[in-house]
Amino acid sequence: MSDVCIVGAGIHPFGRTEGRDGMDQGVYAVNQALADTGIKWEDVEFAFGGSAASGAADTMVSKLGLTGIQFINVSNGCATGGSALNAAASAIKSGEYEMGMAVGFDKHPRGAFNADPAAYGLPNWYGEAGYMLTTQFFGAKIMRYLHENGLSTEALGRVSEKAFRNGAKTDHAWRRSEVDLETIMNAPMISDPLNKYMFCSPAEGAVALILASEKKAKELGGPMIRLKTSVMRTRPPGSFEVFAASIDNERGGTATELAAKAAFEQAGMGPEDIDVAQLQDTEAGAEIMHMAENGFCAHGDQEKWLVEGRTEINGALPVNTDGGCLACGEPIGASGLRQVYENVIQLRGTAGEHQVPGDPKTAYTQVYGAPGVAAVTILQR
Amino acid sequence: MGAQPIADNLFTDDNMTALVGARNKQTGHIFFPMPLTENDDIEPIALASRGTVWTYTVQRFPPKTPYAGPADPMNFKPYVVAYVSLPGQTMVESRLTGMEPEDVKIGMEVELTAIPLDPDAPADEQIMIHAFQPV
Repeated sequence: MSDVCIVGAGIHPFGRTEGRDGMDQGVYAVNQALADTGIKWEDVEFAFGGSAASGAADTMVSKLGLTGIQFINVSNGCATGGSALNAAASAIKSGEYEMGMAVGFDKHPRGAFNADPAAYGLPNWYGEAGYMLTTQFFGAKIMRYLHENGLSTEALGRVSEKAFRNGAKTDHAWRRSEVDLETIMNAPMISDPLNKYMFCSPAEGAVALILASEKKAKELGGPMIRLKTSVMRTRPPGSFEVFAASIDNERGGTATELAAKAAFEQAGMGPEDIDVAQLQDTEAGAEIMHMAENGFCAHGDQEKWLVEGRTEINGALPVNTDGGCLACGEPIGASGLRQVYENVIQLRGTAGEHQVPGDPKTAYTQVYGAPGVAAVTILQR
Repeated sequence: MGAQPIADNLFTDDNMTALVGARNKQTGHIFFPMPLTENDDIEPIALASRGTVWTYTVQRFPPKTPYAGPADPMNFKPYVVAYVSLPGQTMVESRLTGMEPEDVKIGMEVELTAIPLDPDAPADEQIMIHAFQPV
């Protein structure tokens, strides 16, 4: 079967853009992706897209052009972008289409996501008594993980320090200033052991990717960035997810582990073959857990890796080279596609100040989020 | 009217001595709390009142609505939220009480109690929520 290639990529800078709504940021990203590919909107045969809070993606056609295109909306929680990409790749693999688009965008209000207990099947008392906070989940989950694996809270600080260092070098990032480890470790606590420098913020942003068949990609003549696999998985029994009034005593695996395993199998590769990785870092602890859940290191080895700088841009396995969610914020619909965008520019060698040295050939992304979903992609040049 | 539990089906009785858990009659799977909608396969059971702290965090800032407890930023008191492992049943999300956040240890033994959502409310108007305290 022929590979699906990513032939164009566009991004609207993440962060806060007053006066431009989420969908207009999506349109901005699409126009940039079209220009990057060297095609017109009329050349795009189909699209999959989504946002969590900024409206139905298919209505973008009123801004992009009424070409009659097939445009399918994707709503898949934190995996919305990953699922759009997955669906777009399948449409090309099926042979029905030669070239199409995956787009994700969002614009969230400031502060932590507000949540309604009933929407999660929970009684009102759960919110009234003070449990309806995503930050508590992240704190409790990483508290246990650090305890089980003998890791210190300084490991969390090191993840944040790296994120801001990389974000400072990245045009599309939101947080563009470095923060030193001491400042991070002394910041006010939000939900122990996580403090204010260890959480990402909801934010805004958009990403569009143009996908094409191998044949079409060769015609276009750009660098051949192959999407070796795109996998989405939901949680297995015994996982630990947000807004759980109870969790099983018997602990199980994670959606990320399932997605990672399937992705490596489909791509015929292992973690040791990856040159650069973008891993979900909703908070600093997530990056630590995901280093191991994706198979890059053993549980408990993360702090050693961080101290040795192995996940820095010039390390053995650079992780979150654009500063990840910690530096870019997390517009839900766009976040997973931002990771892929970052890998596309890394593989093209056009990432500028945050370019991974040594001509990277393989790149990995993993998104994880509510309600227990994960999506993984592997790109190869 | 004395102090009232925050919800009717949270505790097994007026003395708030045990939490109501849910048990799937087919699979034996136990969870908490009872589902919002009726289900013939799910029956209520009394959960154990003693367990151990599996993990915890501290709520350091006053939550937004739907939180109904005291949320004045000037005198908000951080509270501990834990998962308490009840042997052979499930792990229940619960506040911890009777200890400072700094004194919480994973693995410590705790037992169920009930605490007022707002300790400053008049005694006969207090709304009670579940919590676990050191044994």
